[in-house]
Amino acid sequence: MELGVIFAGFGGQGILLAGKVLARAGMDQGLEVTWLPSYGPEMRGGTANCTVVLADQPIGSPIVDAPRALVAMNLPSLDRFEPRVAAEGLIVYNGSLIPRDPKREDVQGIPVPVNDIARELGNARVINMVALGALVRASGVVPLEAVVAAMAREMRERGRDRLIEINRQALERGFNEAEKLLGDR
Amino acid sequence: MSRVLMRGNEAIAEAAIRAGLKCYFSYPITPQGELVEYMARELPKRGGVFLQAESEVAAINMVYGAAAAGVRTMTSSSSPGNSLKQEGISYLAGARLPAVIVNVMRGGPGLGNIAPAQGDYFQATKGGGHGDYRLIVLAPSTVPEAAQLVMLAFDLSDRYRVPAMILTDGMLGQMMEPVELPPPVDEATIPEKPWALTGAKGRPPNVVRSFELEPRKLKEMNLVLQETYREIEENEVRWEEVETEDAEILLVAHGTVGRIVKTVVRQARKEGIKAGLLRPISLWPFPYGPLRRLAERVPTVLTVELSAGQMWEDVRLAVEGRAKTPFFGELGGVVPTPREILSEVKKHVPA
Repeated sequence: MELGVIFAGFGGQGILLAGKVLARAGMDQGLEVTWLPSYGPEMRGGTANCTVVLADQPIGSPIVDAPRALVAMNLPSLDRFEPRVAAEGLIVYNGSLIPRDPKREDVQGIPVPVNDIARELGNARVINMVALGALVRASGVVPLEAVVAAMAREMRERGRDRLIEINRQALERGFNEAEKLLGDR
Repeated sequence: MSRVLMRGNEAIAEAAIRAGLKCYFSYPITPQGELVEYMARELPKRGGVFLQAESEVAAINMVYGAAAAGVRTMTSSSSPGNSLKQEGISYLAGARLPAVIVNVMRGGPGLGNIAPAQGDYFQATKGGGHGDYRLIVLAPSTVPEAAQLVMLAFDLSDRYRVPAMILTDGMLGQMMEPVELPPPVDEATIPEKPWALTGAKGRPPNVVRSFELEPRKLKEMNLVLQETYREIEENEVRWEEVETEDAEILLVAHGTVGRIVKTVVRQARKEGIKAGLLRPISLWPFPYGPLRRLAERVPTVLTVELSAGQMWEDVRLAVEGRAKTPFFGELGGVVPTPREILSEVKKHVPA
């Protein structure tokens, strides 16, 4: 098993953190993981992205030609990375901001209105965890509980204990949103 | 001991502290900023001195001072900053002072950019400073290996009294991977340094210098260095081989490119191409012998690098015409993907 995921969006959408939480959850599950950020000048105000690889064997390349999953938080990210997603792969995309569906017919598109959900939860900044929750359900790569635990530890280490509960809710809402779309699959 | 998710830059810093680092001097530069930050935060708490110098030139000369006083010392930078340290590195080598120098390479020449590159290979392995000297140069390809090699670099540098360099790039510096950190070194086990300047009370004074006006005496000093380098070439060559037993094409790549090529080897084999990898871990001493032995039976040796072909020169010195030696390199901070390298491999194997 080897799963490559690209998280992409605007700087400030919590892209790097979403990737790190997934990597941490994978590590806790005993998987090999790599987390590779884009660290160029493009981080300042422009787009941000990171590539996470989870595997049950040592990971060679942390760079992935054809990711099995893409989390696109804005239109430029969908435009840029959609062509690279592997056939039969999945695309979790931000239905609140992205006015189109994936053009590809050989991928599974999962629209999640992450900004609307985050607003309902009362904190616009948890959009990243809503998206991650949906990815976790759609990919099945690690259990949701492991991701919640990894997020909680991350928040604690950053001295943000008070944000654990809302981020947990965000992960669950995203997970359930994908559940609604995917049903028993 | 559990695994921790760490950036390459942070793992290098933590490993150095665990190796008994006492004095760290540097001037910040991207993409190794996290290394400096980590040291600023952690080293003073753990019994060491962190000092942000006014320049890279100052930092390397502070390393000279700390090394002469006999403590484990380190500096780190990225390509342009490392260039500024070359004079000081030559002085360290001449004075036979142990120290660890980290270069998290970025695109060059000049100010270049902050993306990953391997264009400082010549500088590291052939002597970026003046005079006949060598550095022990170690090139990690994963975050855990970076931690391991930092600890090794301190040991080798002390043992041979030769400065050691960790040569890596922005990708490894920035990426995170699980690391199982080795326990801190028991400082009582670090060998004594009877040559160090520790105060001459009750013993004749020691002298640490690279200066010698009398040519015959300077020649003697040089011969000691050369003898040490031969000993290092004899004992400290390190490399990794992947699927070389039946390889029909051998790839040679170091550092992060080395790990990308592991994926290429796996994909090539799935497509029926018998590819293998030799990954030099010590860039100096370079694994000439192991590569030469493989070139006796592999018809094609393809070098892949983030440079215009710097390590390629050493590959060709090792192969000496025994095999074809094509080259594939990227420049300016561009990193090839596994698929791009694989299509290069396909150009060199019969369809």
